[in-house]
Amino acid sequence: MNLDWQIFLTDDGSGRTYFDWMLEAWRWTLAVAGSSWVVAVTMGAFMGTLRTLPNSPWLVRLANVWVELFRNIPLLVQIFLWYFVVPKIFPAFQQVPGFVLVVFALGFFTSARIAEQVRAGIQALPKGQRYAALAMGFTTAQTYRYVMLPMAFRIILPPLTSESMNLLKNSSVAFAVSIAELTMFAMQAQEETSRGVEIYLAVTAMYALSAFAVNRVFSLIEKKVQIPGFVVAGATGGGH
Amino acid sequence: MFGLDLSFFDLEMLRKFVLQGFIFSVQLTVIATLGGIVFGTLLALMRLSGQKWLMWPAAVYVNVMRSIPLVMVILWFYLLMPFLIGRPIGAELSAVITFVVFEAAYFSEIMRAGIQSIARGQVFAGQALGMTYGQNMRLVVLPQAFRNMLPVLFTQTIILFQDTSLVYAIGAYDLLKGFTNAGKLYGRPEEAYLLAAVVYFVICYALSWLVKRLQAKIAIVR
Repeated sequence: MNLDWQIFLTDDGSGRTYFDWMLEAWRWTLAVAGSSWVVAVTMGAFMGTLRTLPNSPWLVRLANVWVELFRNIPLLVQIFLWYFVVPKIFPAFQQVPGFVLVVFALGFFTSARIAEQVRAGIQALPKGQRYAALAMGFTTAQTYRYVMLPMAFRIILPPLTSESMNLLKNSSVAFAVSIAELTMFAMQAQEETSRGVEIYLAVTAMYALSAFAVNRVFSLIEKKVQIPGFVVAGATGGGH
Repeated sequence: MFGLDLSFFDLEMLRKFVLQGFIFSVQLTVIATLGGIVFGTLLALMRLSGQKWLMWPAAVYVNVMRSIPLVMVILWFYLLMPFLIGRPIGAELSAVITFVVFEAAYFSEIMRAGIQSIARGQVFAGQALGMTYGQNMRLVVLPQAFRNMLPVLFTQTIILFQDTSLVYAIGAYDLLKGFTNAGKLYGRPEEAYLLAAVVYFVICYALSWLVKRLQAKIAIVR
């Protein structure tokens, strides 16, 4: 099989080369993944915290429902729900751009997994930490804000790293509602040029590179926030 | 309700559109799980073999697969299969091959963790009894590793089942496609997506409930 990399220097018919197009698609991928990450970590931390509240069974139940709901429906179906079904049921959403809807879909989907990690992280803390904070006169909110969450986040950094890499990879599903990201580019450019192998190789490399960058950034953060003498065992798990 | 019309939803519709897709999704899940566990276990054994020429290729394979989005892997195989085999193959067959190859990487990580969870003493005991490497793995280590990892393996299967919906990228006829086609024909695409979500949720929630029970059961035995 002969590879012809010059395809990337060819004009795609709108005045830009396929290389330019791919870089733009890459920016879309990063934009989708980055925005979704903010949504996912915010909602995940919130819901994960709710699930560990000691005296609020209804809040715990609410957060459990959240996790089960977003964890047991395939991401692609969730994206279709946000993109097609939500605007139909709530007409106000018809004005919301598709990009934002996909960010909600991907963000909430991932938030369920992060909520699981946050809960596990908080529950991994010795009970004494909570009691010590309460004995110092902290309110529940202060206990979480100043004592438990900072520790829990350090504990869950390794699984959070792989979940963030998953999020980046999962952003590829956005092709299904025509977000102009890398996978969409791969499919369209393959069709236009019939140079699928070169295009797919380049796109695959872009994904691998981006995932690797995420990995490096997180290990940097891990080193930065490390508490001397506090060792965290790495966690492994399934998932994509 | 909410401007939705679910009147097209009946047994006739399920039988005509959804059943075929459902059967394919289940087949894909089962074949990919079994194939993934077999090849994944082999990969795990390679990575733990201590032989450089076995460890290295297995590690590269697993890490490459795990750093590529599944959608891209599905597209890759659909593109390359005709070159490799010499003739075009259907989207369904391509999907089955893709999922076995892809999931093997994930299952191998689970099996590797499972094998490493077995106490070293077990291996030494097997060796002391005069077992060969193969016997030791087959009779002592793998059965226990498999058992320890059973809940994780099932959880991965549930994730796998959800991921089968991604064959949408190459147009294979799966559960989701069944609903999509029905929605198109009856002019109710939004309702069809909603129903698909409910069906996926019920299946996955029920399965994860079963896994939770299994986990409790295994924990008691130990």
